[in-house]
Amino acid sequence: MAPRPRGATEPAAERELLSAGDVARTIARMAHQVIEKTALDSTGAIPPVLLGIPTRGIPLATRLGARISEFSGVDVPTGALDVTLYRDDLRRKPTRPLEQTQLPGTGIDDRVVVLVDDVLFSGRTIRAALDALRDHGRPRVVQLAVLVDRGHRELPIRADYVGKNVPTSRSEEVSVLLSDVDDRDAVLLGERR
Amino acid sequence: MKHLLTTDGLAEDAATAILDTADELKRTLLGREVKKLPTLRGRTVITMFYENSTRTRVSFEIAGKWMSADVVNVSAGGSSVGKGESLRDTALTLSAAGADCVIVRHPASGAAHRLAGWLADVGTSVVNAGDGTHEHPTQALLDAATLRERLGGLKDRRIAIVGDVLHSRVARSNVHLLATLGAEVVLVAPPTLLPVGVGSWPVTVSHELDAELPALDAVMMLRVQAERMHGGFFPSAREYSIAYGLNEARLGLLPEGAVVLHPGPMLRGMEIGSAVADAPQSAITEQVRNGVHVRMAVLYHLLAGEGEQ
Repeated sequence: MAPRPRGATEPAAERELLSAGDVARTIARMAHQVIEKTALDSTGAIPPVLLGIPTRGIPLATRLGARISEFSGVDVPTGALDVTLYRDDLRRKPTRPLEQTQLPGTGIDDRVVVLVDDVLFSGRTIRAALDALRDHGRPRVVQLAVLVDRGHRELPIRADYVGKNVPTSRSEEVSVLLSDVDDRDAVLLGERR
Repeated sequence: MKHLLTTDGLAEDAATAILDTADELKRTLLGREVKKLPTLRGRTVITMFYENSTRTRVSFEIAGKWMSADVVNVSAGGSSVGKGESLRDTALTLSAAGADCVIVRHPASGAAHRLAGWLADVGTSVVNAGDGTHEHPTQALLDAATLRERLGGLKDRRIAIVGDVLHSRVARSNVHLLATLGAEVVLVAPPTLLPVGVGSWPVTVSHELDAELPALDAVMMLRVQAERMHGGFFPSAREYSIAYGLNEARLGLLPEGAVVLHPGPMLRGMEIGSAVADAPQSAITEQVRNGVHVRMAVLYHLLAGEGEQ
């Protein structure tokens, strides 16, 4: 029952897909796309709410929000949304520790909510996030931003903003490293151990 | 984790994991219109109470329901227990009927342990909701959650447990849990209300409440359990109250920021003054509120994962 470290187990034989510089440029490009798609540069626009999915979605959402504010001059509320209690695979794994949920003071009702995660894979985490959102309020629109889309979807879910599309095989593992929680910024691809 | 029967031997990281889960549950449910999580959908929780209870049974029932478990309440009065069925047969019946978890309160110390033994082969979890004068682990966990919240942590905090320690399962569970979490525990009681063997507990013992109060971070008042007292433990209720009751004058002896706890049900005017129970230092209603989140956390840790059979 002790908390286990999650995510970013560095693959055995890893290949660097994105360097630290690539990660920064990718987040900047995604920020521009969010501004364009939510028409944030028009006058009187209501800024979207960015919700990061733990663990690495949280720092990613913070960084994306900072870039969006920098480019548009509009402050973007960010928060965290833990989906553990809504997962469909709880009974298949040992008990998971809960992560932080922290919605911004603005709430999410009638707002554009952008869910932010590091890797989009089966889509099951996002399915859980959509269920969790429904219990917290009723956003006007829900969008999805991911740093890496690695394919192999098991549900009809797609991202609105994708940092990098990476064709992978199921035996591979994509690791996103962010300096907020790891020692550096990088995206790595390797064989699952 | 399969059962929660005692806090004696509950590892620090296991206890902390439950308390952390309770904190996150509290935060995620804060201000929500719909207090319902889908986490335990399809799981069946049966509460089996052979002794009277308001807050514990209600708290477990709400905890289960907020996590979407199906909760069934069995009380000894309205069940086949009245026809003479043994505890073992009742437990096996409830398990066969589909219980994933049985929450039991029983007047006999050790009842929950026996139950866990009988249900070892069938995968039903057992939670001890109070067995005689032995243990009441979820009460200790909710007390720890409340103290953590108010004091910011338990490490090296000095906490007194005052009153009828002899008959108190709350005291036993708290002694073990608080010691595990790094607190210093002082038992304050007349010699007649301290159990034999208290010398081997991880506590210090005092008979003078007034001498202890100025150095405490928290004081936990225990109910005088008249229903378990067969004999003269103190001369009179009035004399007990004068020596060990927490009145307003004694409240003034506590340092600033100290917390007053009571597991309930409280006897106002006996072990705790009415004004003290409603004072800002009192965390008694917070204890009840946290009880729901802590019990949700316990059910989550017992029932949500794949199990350890």
